[in-house]
Amino acid sequence: MQRVQILDAAGIGKTLARMAAQIVERSSNERLIYLIGVQTRGVPLARRLAKLIAAATGVEPPVGALDITLYRDDVGPWRAAHQQPVLRSTDLPERVDDRVVVLVDDVLYTGRTVRAALDTLMDYGRPKAIRLAVLVDRGHRELPIAADFVGRQIPSSRSDDVQVRLAECDGEEGVWVEKEVEG
Amino acid sequence: MSRLLIKHARVIDPSQRLDEGLDVLAVDGRIARLAERIEERGAEVIDAAGLVATPGFIDVHTHLREPGFEYKETIASGAAAALAGGFTAVCCMPNTSPVNDTAAVTEFIRKRAEEAGAARVYPIGAVSKGLAGEELAEMGEMVRAGAVAVSDDGQPVRHAYLLRRALEYSLLFGIPVVDHCEDPTLSAGGVMHEGAVSTRLGLRGIPAAAEEVMVARDVTLAGLTGARLHIAHLSTRQSLEWVRRAKNQGLSVSCEVTPHHLALTDAAVSESSYDTNFKMNPPLRSADHVAALLEGVLDGTVDCLATDHAPHHADEKALEFDLAPFGVVGLETAVPVTYDLLVRQHKLPLARFVALWSTNPARLFSLPGGTLKVGSVADLTLLDTEARLPVNPDRFVSRSRNTPFAGRRLRGWPVATILAGKVVWRRERR
Amino acid sequence: MSVAPAPRLRGKDLLGIDPLTAPEIQLILDTADEMAKIAERPIKKVPALRGKTVVNLFLEPSTRTRFSFEMAEKRLSADSLSFSSSGTSVEKGETLLDTARNLEAMQPDFIVIRHRYAGSPHRLAKVLRSSVINAGDGAHEHPTQALLDAMTIRRRLGRLEGLVVAIVGDLEHSRVVRSNVLLLQRMGATVRVAGPPSLVPAQMEAMGCEVHHRMEDAIAGADVVMMLRIQLERQGRMNFPTVREYYDFFALTPERLRLAKRGCLVMHPGPMNRGVEIDSRVADGPQSVILEQVTNGVAVRMAVLYLLAGGNGEPTAD
Repeated sequence: MQRVQILDAAGIGKTLARMAAQIVERSSNERLIYLIGVQTRGVPLARRLAKLIAAATGVEPPVGALDITLYRDDVGPWRAAHQQPVLRSTDLPERVDDRVVVLVDDVLYTGRTVRAALDTLMDYGRPKAIRLAVLVDRGHRELPIAADFVGRQIPSSRSDDVQVRLAECDGEEGVWVEKEVEG
Repeated sequence: MSRLLIKHARVIDPSQRLDEGLDVLAVDGRIARLAERIEERGAEVIDAAGLVATPGFIDVHTHLREPGFEYKETIASGAAAALAGGFTAVCCMPNTSPVNDTAAVTEFIRKRAEEAGAARVYPIGAVSKGLAGEELAEMGEMVRAGAVAVSDDGQPVRHAYLLRRALEYSLLFGIPVVDHCEDPTLSAGGVMHEGAVSTRLGLRGIPAAAEEVMVARDVTLAGLTGARLHIAHLSTRQSLEWVRRAKNQGLSVSCEVTPHHLALTDAAVSESSYDTNFKMNPPLRSADHVAALLEGVLDGTVDCLATDHAPHHADEKALEFDLAPFGVVGLETAVPVTYDLLVRQHKLPLARFVALWSTNPARLFSLPGGTLKVGSVADLTLLDTEARLPVNPDRFVSRSRNTPFAGRRLRGWPVATILAGKVVWRRERR
Repeated sequence: MSVAPAPRLRGKDLLGIDPLTAPEIQLILDTADEMAKIAERPIKKVPALRGKTVVNLFLEPSTRTRFSFEMAEKRLSADSLSFSSSGTSVEKGETLLDTARNLEAMQPDFIVIRHRYAGSPHRLAKVLRSSVINAGDGAHEHPTQALLDAMTIRRRLGRLEGLVVAIVGDLEHSRVVRSNVLLLQRMGATVRVAGPPSLVPAQMEAMGCEVHHRMEDAIAGADVVMMLRIQLERQGRMNFPTVREYYDFFALTPERLRLAKRGCLVMHPGPMNRGVEIDSRVADGPQSVILEQVTNGVAVRMAVLYLLAGGNGEPTAD
C-alpha cells in the first residue's frame, strides 16, 4: 500500500474558505442558508463552513447534523449479510421548511449516501432548495447525483482508499489516498 | 441338554463375595460350575476376555405402558429394551390402562411378557383400586397371579390410613410396599425443583419438602406396622436422612435412586434452554441434594438403583415445558451412566455396583437371580468396562427416545445379556 | 473510508435479558434514544425495515404491549401482522410448534411472541429461522419491558450505575421483576425487591438483588420505585387475604413515597390496579413517569427490531 497526501491542514483550510465564498456568492439571501452535515465528518465541516460564512457576511447560518443510517440502501431488504450500522445522532436545531439547505459531506463517491440524505431530509419537511457541498469528489458515481460545491476533484480507482481526517474527530488533519501497489 | 460356557471373564458376584477371573458353565438354564478353567464339549462358548460377567441386572422400577399406552411402549418393546440395556429382569408399575389392580391384568402382563420372550417381567400391582387412593386392591390375588410388590406409583398413597392398611396387609404376603413419595398439595403445579434455577427460569417449583414430608410419614408407618417399605426414586438429602434413621432403628425400610438423579442437577433445565428431556418427577435436584445422594450410594444407605423408565411419545415431549409429561426413558442408558459416574469417577468398588443393580434388587423383591450360586437361574450380564461410546437415541430398541443423555460418551456398556443360559441379546459391532 | 467494527447484538433473537452483556444492553439503549427522536418528526417513519415482515403472536392477552410493538414495526416501515389467542388455530388444539411452523412457511423475518408458558420463545428460536423476540413468557422474562424501564430511568436520572431501585409486589409471578433485576444489576445499579413472603420465589437473592419483606425497607432512600401489579387470585389459589390488607402493607402511598429519595421516580409496567398496589395520588403525581414508560416502549422496541435485523459483515462504500 502506498499512502499519498493530497491536502494538508493548510490546504483544507484554503479549500473550505473558497467553498464558503462560493456558497455565499450563489445565494440570493444568506439568511435562508442552513448547513446540514452528514454524519460523521460532514458535521465538523459544516460547522467550519458556518464560521467562514459568518466571517464573510456577518450572518452565521444554523448548523445541523443528519444521520442517514436508517435510509441507506445497503441495509434493509437488499442487504445480504451486513453489520447493522451504528445509529448516530440527528440534530436539527431549526426546521428545514423553506430554507436553502446545503448538505455537507467529506467525500462524494457513488452518490448513495447523498441519495439517502435527500430521503431523510424530505421526511423532515420541504426545503426551498437542497444543495450539496463536498470536500472531495472522487468520481465513480452510481446514481445521477452531482455536487454544487466541490473542494477538490481527486480521480481515483475503485481499489483506492480516499481518507479525509479532521482534527475534531480523528486527531489529525489532511486528505490522503492509499493506493494498492502492484508487485 | 443346552450348555453355555463363558470363558475368561472377570466374574463378580457379591452374593458369594466373588471377584475373580473364572469360567462359568450353565447347563439347562442353571449355573452348573464356576472354576478357573472349564472345558466342556458341545457347549456354546463365549470368549469373554476383557469383559465383566455378573448376575443379570434387575430394574425394579419401569413403566412398560401396556395395556393402554402402547404408542409409547409395549411390554415386548420394553422387555427388549431391557435386554439391550443389560437387564435380564424388570418390575413394571401398575399405572397402565386399565390399572393393574386385579389378578386379570397381572396375568395379562405376565402372558404378554412370556410371548415376547425377552427380559423377565415381574408385575407390581396397585395398592389402591384404580390408583384412586381410597380402597385397597386385591393384593393376595395379584400376588398369586405373579405380582412381586404393590405400589400406586405415578402418585403417592395419599391417605396415611390407607398406607397403614396396605403395609399391615402386605405382611401376609411378604412383599414390599413401594411408595412414590410426594405431597401433591405442596408440589401442585410444579414442573422442576424449587430453587434458584426455577426462580430464574420463571417455572413453578416442586420443593424438596414435598418428598420429605411423605418419606417421614411413610417411615413412621413402617415403624408402626413392622412391614417392608421401599421408597421409590428417592431424590433429596432429608429423605435420605429419614431412611438412614429408619435403618438405624432396625426398620425394614429400603430405597432406590435413579441414574438421572445422580448424574444431573436442576441446572440442566437452564443449560438446555427448557428441554423437556430434563423434566421428570421427582425433578432433578440441586447440587447439594445430588451430593447427598452420591454419599448415600457410597455409604450403603441406598439399597439399589432403578431406572424409573418412563417412555413418552415425541409429540408429547415436544410441548412447552409446563405442558410436557414428566419422565424419561432409562433402560438403555442406566448401566453406562451409573458405571461411568459411580465406578470410574467416584471409585465405587465394582462389586458394590453389581450389588446395587442385581444382588440387592433380587433380595428386596424376592426375585430369582441376583446370584451366580450353583443351581441358580443362569441369568447374566456381560459388561465392557473399556470402550467409550456415545448414547445414540436413534438406535434405541425402546419405542420412545426421551432421554436426557443423548450424545454423552460413556464407558460401561453391556455387550451381551444371557437369560436362562441363552444369549438373548448381543451388542452389534459397528 | 474504513469503519471500525460496530458494536452489535450477538445471535438472531432476543429471548431475555439473561444472555445480554452490559455493552449489548448499552447499545440497545443508545439506539433507542435515537429512535425516540423519530416520534418528534413530522413524518414519524423511516424505511429501515422496509420489506421486512413481523408476526406478532400474542397467545396471552395484551393490548398495550402488542400495540407498542405494532407501532414500532410500522414506524420502521415493516409489514406487521398480529395474531392473538382468540379465534386462532391455537385454540383448535394446534401445538405451539405447529402454529409457528405454519407461520414460518410464510417467511416472516421476525416473530414477536407472548405466551403464558416460560421457555416458549426458546423453543421457537431453536426451530425457526426467523428472529424471535420475547414479549413475555410466563413468569420468566419480559426483556423489552426491562429495557424501556432502563431507558426511562436513564433519560430522567442520567445514568443507571450506582442507583438504588426498589421493586415491590408479587415477585413470584412477575417476569418484569426478573428481567429488571438482571438488567439493573448488570448495569451497576442496586436492586431491592420487596413482597409478601408467600410471594417471594425461592432463593431470589441468587438473581442479584436484596430481598425484603417490608416494603419500607426496600424503598428507604431509593432513587426509583417500581410497583408491580398484584392479582389476588391466580388459578384458584388465594395469594393474599384481601385487597385492604395488601393496600395496608404493600401499596405505594404518598406517605411511603416520602421514605424514598427526593425526586424518586415512580414507575409501573401497567396496567395499574389503582387503590390496590398504587395510590392514584402517586400514580398521577409529579414523580410518576408511567406514561413516559409507554412512550419509551415504542422506541426500545424499534431499537431491538433494528438491531436484530442486522447480521455480520462489512458495510458498503458511501
